Parts: sequence; C-alpha cells; structure tokens
Amino acid sequence: MKSANSQQRSPFLTGYAVLVFGFIYLPIVVLIVYSFNRDGVGGFPPRHFTLGWYRLLFNDAAIWDSVINSLLVAAASVALSLTLGLLAALALDRATFPGKALFRRLVLLPLILPGIITGLSLLMFAVFAGMQLSLLTVFLGHGTALISVATTELFAGLQKLDRAQEEASLDLGATPWQTFWRVTLPNLKLSLIAAGLLIFTLSMDEIAVTFFLIGRDNTLPLEIWGRLRRGITPEINAISTLIFAVSVALIVIWYRLRARTIGTQAQEFLERP
Amino acid sequence: MSAGAISPRFATPPNAALLEVRGVAKSFGAAKVLKNISLQIASGEFLTLLGESGSGKTTLLRLIAGFEQPTSGEIWMSNERLDTLPPYRRRVNTVFQNYALFPHLNVRENVAYGLRVKSTPKGEITGRVEEALRMVKMAQFVDVRPATLSGGQQQRIALARALINRPQLLLLDEPLSALDANLRKQMQSELKALQREIGIAFLFVTHDQDEAMALSDRIALLRNGALEQIASPREIYARPATAYTAEFIGQTNLLRGEINNGVARCGSLQWRTPEAPGAAVFSLRPEAIRIANASLQLPDAVRFRGIILQQVYSGASELLEIDCGSNQTLRARIPASGPLSGEHDFVFSASDAVPVFESPSAHWERATHHEPR
Amino acid sequence: MYSRLYKAVIAAPPLLWVCLFLLLPYALMFAHSFWLVRDGFLVHQWNLQNYRALFTNPLYFQVFLRTARIAASVTLCSVLLGYPLAYYLSFHAGPRKELLYQLVIVPLWVSYLVRGYAWKTILGSDGVLNGFLRYLHITHEPVSFFLYSPFAVVLMLTHIYTPFVFLPIYAALEHIPRPLVEASQDLGADRRATFLRVILPLSTPGLLAGATFAFVLSLGDFLAPLLVGGPSATMIANIVQSLFGAAYDWPLGAAISVCILLITVSLLFTTERLEKRWSFK
Repeated sequence: MKSANSQQRSPFLTGYAVLVFGFIYLPIVVLIVYSFNRDGVGGFPPRHFTLGWYRLLFNDAAIWDSVINSLLVAAASVALSLTLGLLAALALDRATFPGKALFRRLVLLPLILPGIITGLSLLMFAVFAGMQLSLLTVFLGHGTALISVATTELFAGLQKLDRAQEEASLDLGATPWQTFWRVTLPNLKLSLIAAGLLIFTLSMDEIAVTFFLIGRDNTLPLEIWGRLRRGITPEINAISTLIFAVSVALIVIWYRLRARTIGTQAQEFLERP
Repeated sequence: MSAGAISPRFATPPNAALLEVRGVAKSFGAAKVLKNISLQIASGEFLTLLGESGSGKTTLLRLIAGFEQPTSGEIWMSNERLDTLPPYRRRVNTVFQNYALFPHLNVRENVAYGLRVKSTPKGEITGRVEEALRMVKMAQFVDVRPATLSGGQQQRIALARALINRPQLLLLDEPLSALDANLRKQMQSELKALQREIGIAFLFVTHDQDEAMALSDRIALLRNGALEQIASPREIYARPATAYTAEFIGQTNLLRGEINNGVARCGSLQWRTPEAPGAAVFSLRPEAIRIANASLQLPDAVRFRGIILQQVYSGASELLEIDCGSNQTLRARIPASGPLSGEHDFVFSASDAVPVFESPSAHWERATHHEPR
Repeated sequence: MYSRLYKAVIAAPPLLWVCLFLLLPYALMFAHSFWLVRDGFLVHQWNLQNYRALFTNPLYFQVFLRTARIAASVTLCSVLLGYPLAYYLSFHAGPRKELLYQLVIVPLWVSYLVRGYAWKTILGSDGVLNGFLRYLHITHEPVSFFLYSPFAVVLMLTHIYTPFVFLPIYAALEHIPRPLVEASQDLGADRRATFLRVILPLSTPGLLAGATFAFVLSLGDFLAPLLVGGPSATMIANIVQSLFGAAYDWPLGAAISVCILLITVSLLFTTERLEKRWSFK
C-alpha cells in the first residue's frame, strides 16, 4: 500500500538537514574549487581559473610511483581479503566449531579498532618474524584488516542465498565442490564485486595501518602525507580532487551493484497489496 | 435499462449520522484511488467496507483515520469538520492489519498508551486498563511483551488499546486476515458481540464477503474507487444493484438478453417482466433454481430443460452445472439428493431473476471470471 | 548437508590466517608491554614498570583525559548532526530518500586524508575561512585559533564520523514499521510525543552502535592531531606513535596500546550487551 507521508514538513528540520549536508560537503567543494585556483589554496574568493596544478601533478613522477604502489597493494589486498573473507563467511554461515564466536569477533575486530592498534601489532609481528618493512608488510596489513569487510559483505550475501538451490544441485547429482562453483559462487557474484570495490577503495585510502608498516616505497596516501608535513601546495588539491572523483565513480558503481542484489527483494516488497 | 451510468442504491442509516463522507476523492499522483465517495455512518452502526485489493477501501479508512488527506471533498464527524484535523486529535481509533503493537512496551503499557499520552492520572489508567483487557478477555496477560503472544492474542490487545480511548468510531483494517480459518470465525462472533455490547460505531474493512455478510449492519461495496452499492447484507444479497455486486457477493447466474413487449428473453429462457424494453441483465441465484416436479408450485414459474454437466457435492447441498442449450450454462444449488445425470426439467420463479445494471467497465472485466467467494 | 571435510576446508585457512596475523600480533604487543628498553635496546625482561609509569605519571592521564574529552565531543556532535539528518531522510524525504542517502554515503569513501587536508586549508591563517571572513569585513586580522587546536580536531573528526554515525541510525529508523508511527498518532500522540515514546526508543540500538564507533575510532586517532591539532591537541595515540618513532620505547608504547585495546574492547562489549537488551522485534 503506497502511502504518501502526509506529515507536515517541519521547516526547521528541513533547514537543519540542509545545514548538515552543507557541513558534510563544504570541505570537498572547497577542495575542488581551489584546485583550479591560480593563487593556490587560501584567501577568498578564488579567482583565476587554471589547470596549472593538474599539469604540475601529471609531471610529478613520485606521485605516480606511489599511485602504482597503491594499486599493487590494493589489488593484492582485494585478492587476499576476498578469498579469506569468502571462506570465513562460509564458515560462519555453515559450520559450527569450538571457538566460533571468538573467531567471529576476531575477524571483525580490525573493523572497529583504531588503525594504530592493528598497525602496531603487525609491526611487532614483522619485526618478530624478521621481515623488512616494505610493500609486502603493507599488503599484509591491508589484507588482514580488510578481511573483516569482505566477511561482512559476503556473509550478508550468503544469508540472502536460497539454500534450496544448493540442495537441488546436490539432489541432481553434483558434488559439493561442483555445487560451490556452479551454484553458490555465481549467486555471490554481485556481493563479491561489491565487496571487492569496497576493499579496493579502502586500501587505496588506508593510512593509519600503513603508517607503521611502510618501507621505502610509499603508497599514495603516505606520499601525500609526507608532502603535507612539509607544507601545503595546491598540487595536493589537484590530486585530492582526482581521488575524490575516482572514489565517487567507484562508489556509485558499488551502490548500483548493491541495489541490484537487493533489487528483486525490494521489488517484491513494494508489490505486496 | 442501459449499460450506462450506475445508480447504486444507497440505503440510509437507521440512526443519526455520526460520520459523513462528502464527495471525497483521493489521488496518488496520477492514480485515482477514490472517486467521489459519499456515505454516512450512524452511531452504533457496524458498517463494512468491502472490496477487492485496489478498490480503495483501505485508502478510505486511512482518510478517516487521518493518515492521508483527501484530494477533494470533506469528512465530517458529529457536525464538525474532521479531515482538517491531524490523527491525534480525532475521536477515532484504529485497529491495524498487523496490529502494530509497540514492541518495546509490554501489554499494559501498550494498552495504556493513549491514556498516558493525554496525561491521564495513574490511578485511573490502572483501572481502565484492567477494564479494557477484561473486555477482550486478556486480563491475565498484563506484563508480557507482545512478541510472546499469538496472532489472535495480539489482535485482542490491539483492540483493547484502541477501545480504551472511548472513540466515537473504531476503524478496523482487515484485522482478521492474518488469522487461520477457525480462529477467524471465533473472532468474528466475539467482535460482533463486543460491538453490540459497547455500542460504538465500527468501520470494518475486508475483502472477504462472508465476513462482511456475517458482521455488518450495512455493507458498502467499493469497486475501483467508487461506491457500487451500500445496503444491509440481506438487501445486498437479494437485490444486488449491479452485475458486479451480484457476482462479488455470493454466487449467481448472470442472464443477459433482451426485453421486448414485456417479455424477457435470455438464451432459451423467457418470462414476463414489467421492466422497460431493451438490453437487460438479470441475476439469478443458484439456490433459486430447483428440479421441477409435479408437487412443486412456484409463482411465475419459468421452466427449462437442461443436461447436467457437472455435480459438485458439498455436504448439505449440491452445485449443478446445467447445459440449457444455445450456449447457455446455468448453475443450480439444490439440497443434497444423491448422484444425478442426464436431462432434467428445472424451474425458477421469475421474481428471483433480479434485474441488475451492467457497470460501464464491465466488458473489460467479463474476461476475468470472478470466482464466487 | 555439509560434510565435515567441507567445513574443515572452509574454516581452516581464515582461522589460520587470523591466528597468525591477528592473534599472534596482539599477543606480541601484549608481551612487549611487559618488557623494557635499556640503553636503546629492547630487553626481554618481564616487569610491570611500563604500567606503573602509566598510572603514576600524571602526563599520561592528562593526555588520556583530553583524548577522552575530544572523543566524547566528536561523538556528541556527530550524533547531533547525524541523527536529525537520518530522521529527516527516513521520515520526511519521501521519494528523494534514496538519492539523498547516496549523497550522504559518498563523502564516507573519500579519503580520510583528503578530508583532513581540506579542513587544514579551510581553517588556516591564510585559509579559506579567514579569507571569507576578511572578505565580508567581519574580521581584519587572520584568526589563528581555528587551526592547531582541539577545536580543529573535533571539527575535523566530527566531519569524518558524522556519516558513520548516520548509517546505523538510518538503518534502525528504516526498520521501524510505519504502522507503529501511525498507531502512536492514532492513539493521540502528536509528532513530538511519538518521537520520544516510539521512534527514539526503537532507534536506540542503532544510535548506540554509531556512537560507539565514533567514540572508539576518535579515541585511537593520531592523524587528526598531526594534521590540524598542533601541540595543544596531542592525543594518546600520538604519544604511542612517537614512542614507536623518535622517542623509541616500544614496550611503553605497547603498554598504552594494550590499555587502548582493553578500553575499546570493554566499551564494545558493554554497548553490544546494551544493544541486545534494547532491541525489540
């Protein structure tokens, strides 16, 4: 039953909501606008539109090296987190074993703990294991922390799975392994892609954990961080704007995918009399 | 009679009008859900809004409750304008379809909600809560959470929660639809008895015509947002105004034909009728048709011969499907009389063939066969 | 339906990984907190010196108090911003709800660093805010306390965590069946009473979850103070960070980290119990 919410709109609430939205978007808008400002960051109002900062950016080799490093780490993290996260989600969904509750909490802990704790503990582990700090240690940090994200997403996806489909597959003669590849995994496709996008974005942005595990090669956030310590340049506005644009694009894709997985359920819900 | 405008027959309420719906229409965007509805509810009356999904019955209920605003028209109660008031200021309470009991409050707090919101003194609340729970036979369930109760029990609590506020009108939105058949029948009679006892007007929404017939003082049949007919159950059954009504409530045979020179001819059947000449539709209830025999004397008897195609036994009676020739099939309900077959003589009284209007949109709907409910 | 082999195969790898890269590191950190640094070298001598230092030296307590105050301010402000926004979206936004929801989510995924940096450029003496105020002739000198103060840290972290707080509150509000709101009004409660008696109680679990998230993460934040906080806004995690950096004393740093970890875990545990108690179907 469609029901138009006929409550009178409180103008205060609407105004307040607009203010909150403004607060959330203000820094981002400032960032983007000033990345095109010839006189750099600061002062008001911005004059003299220029693409000069972007040109400077594109010639900055160090930045692009760090971008590649970030991409490598992110890709590897996606692979690791999705694999282990899928297994963890399956285990939580289907298996019972001693210490399952503890396991669940442990897996989800990095999600809620401040990054410094995860980063430091892994640093101590790296030293203990005699590892050199490098992109590898960064990858270990990202991968481990982001398993929690993968597990959460995939577990939710598994819950929506129709168990009867797997039973039907077994009934028709497929082995559990075949069932997994032919039935379970295809049904999780959207969840996997959505989780992958999320992990990728989070890995590209990651700074707190990375801070303690970085070696000689910088990731993009740490490269920017290093420059920030030395002073503000509008070049950073430019790269930040680019990061923002890419993040938005990825998240829009993520959201579209997510909406598709719940799409059919939402449709059924809306059509009930 | 023309297949043109409907003129549903409105029976007027026996007592003074409590609620008046005046020319109310409601659209959601481009969709016209209610088209120009006018009706009255008398105080103490049990009026049922009956109709299919999409007929607008729930929307009308929600307009009276205050959760929607009419696009046009007015609603008045006790000579005061109602539709301009927010729901919390109307002397109207609702029993919701899925009960809408507050999960974070126990039974006592749920039932007392309306009183607490109006800052009723605590002493008075306790007494009235007990009284309300006793009325719905749930006095022993005071301190439990609603989630622990069964559907039928939750429904009683929802009823108590509404009635404790002593509304002038109680709205019930398909309250029994979530219950299983036996419980439903039990709740129906309890509800009817309760209404008689309290004397509050009930506006009851349902799509179940048996339920409507059993409970109501009057039935308002809605169809596609318009009022098809509003009358007492007996009236609406014996004298349906339209073909739709005749088919929706109970089962019927719709005889379509022509009237010429005072004689109605429908297929192979014909009889004398005082109705005006032209195309005509008649509603003939299956129980009006009997097997002819010598001792049976019916006034204005119409005889016909037919072959029994099918016989459906249902305990006290049988439903016969009869082929009368010239592409005409009738259904007759006769008392259980053992297996029958072959050709027989049948008879019905011409006065049982009630002339009905064919609604304008009828020829769209003739394709969808209405299953007798 | 699932054989024991199947269950073993799927559970083993993540279990092993988690033990190796989560449990073991935490254990190592725990162990470190009982060791010492002498003459610039790590000594594996078990003792309680670090913890004693934490509890006796007033500096650590002061910093921790400041951190807790900042985290509490961030949480409060985020809730004050996030809850009304979620309420507006859930109950008043109508058909535009989905779009507005996406608009709230988008900044969440924009880099933390990017957003912190943006505040730095806005709040600085030569920043956008000062320029704006001078432009309007409200001030004539640059105002310096915007940046490099606890105020800036609270502002930045509130900006970061408002969407985080918004999410679970919005989910909880969306879960409230609309008939309950209608029933409340039907029974005579106006919008304010309905909010206080029905909507707020039923959204409390989401509120708790969001607030805990914001508080815990703010508590352990070390980047915001470095970006916009300055020395007057040093938080406990900054001390840890420097102990693992220039002020080389891993055991002490580990001890503080263990404390942060324990506080976090117990907070999470408490709110989880509370959420369960206050969630109703």
